[in-house]
Amino acid sequence: MSTAVAPQLLLDEVAVGEALPPLHYDVTATTVVLGALATRDWRPMHHDKDFAVERNGTQDIFLNTPNQAAWFERYLTDWTGPYGRLARVTFRMKGSVFPGDTMSFTGVVESASVDDVGCGFVTVAVTLSVDGDVKTTCAARVALPRSAADNPWARKGEQWRPSP
Amino acid sequence: MTATSSAALDDMRALIGREQYHEVGEFPVERSYVWTSCASVENGNPLYWDDAVARKLTDGPVAPPSMVSVWFRPHHWAPGRTAEALPLQVHFDLKAALGLPEAVMTDNTIEFHTPVRMGDVLRTHQVLRSVSDEKTTKLGTGRFWVIDVVYANQDGDLVAVESYTGFGYRRGEAAAS
Repeated sequence: MSTAVAPQLLLDEVAVGEALPPLHYDVTATTVVLGALATRDWRPMHHDKDFAVERNGTQDIFLNTPNQAAWFERYLTDWTGPYGRLARVTFRMKGSVFPGDTMSFTGVVESASVDDVGCGFVTVAVTLSVDGDVKTTCAARVALPRSAADNPWARKGEQWRPSP
Repeated sequence: MTATSSAALDDMRALIGREQYHEVGEFPVERSYVWTSCASVENGNPLYWDDAVARKLTDGPVAPPSMVSVWFRPHHWAPGRTAEALPLQVHFDLKAALGLPEAVMTDNTIEFHTPVRMGDVLRTHQVLRSVSDEKTTKLGTGRFWVIDVVYANQDGDLVAVESYTGFGYRRGEAAAS
């Protein structure tokens, strides 16, 4: 295999308390509608402003939850690189994200450990905020390689324990 | 507005822990939808775009884990379908049975197991875990519930378990805020 795909981030290179690089993104109606269709969510509050305003009482259409999951995954794997393997994510929705908002993703490493079967994991607290208002939080547990020869994706069965 | 009848509540609570709505995905997992998803969030992870990386890391292309529920959302229209197809049917059952016309999802946990591969036809079932007593929030008065959605592949391997917390409510009865 000629592709130079070495791990971008090893468990040992992560410090508890470390901040992930932030990501800022300007949301448009297209962002919301693309996200809804990409997640096969045809519900009108994610593409029809009149419906969102009149039925949901919101100011506009808003990002759906499964698409937010995709945004969080992208944010995490931008940091880990392709060897990073999502194990478990918990989202808490506190407010909606609308066209015209600038989303800011930030994250802090809360723990780094090796489980009983030798898999390296970090937990990361990720926040999606708009103008300083927290919209969604994501507590993520992500497997990271422990060495250049380690690949968390190769784990299966008893060797893969997504919950601690 | 009348409160939920206690019989309806008992009926719903009797379903707690039972497997419901066993379903098989309407279509096999496919790569173009993976790219549509990645494009929607500008996810450039080479695992999903570079075949050589996918071969090395995952023995061929896999889908982003966070897409797991995507493979179950029905088409918006299908020939011959008469009933409206709703994903997460238990959630809509609760809204209807408990007389709570509005609902939001407040909390969502997904645990990822076997990776999803192109061509997989996933199957799923739903399990109601809990229904709360009546509560009043900024949105209105209603109830919280927790629903698990269990996903497996065609070989029976567990793919993911997704837990949703929903809040079904009536508008116009919001707590002062």
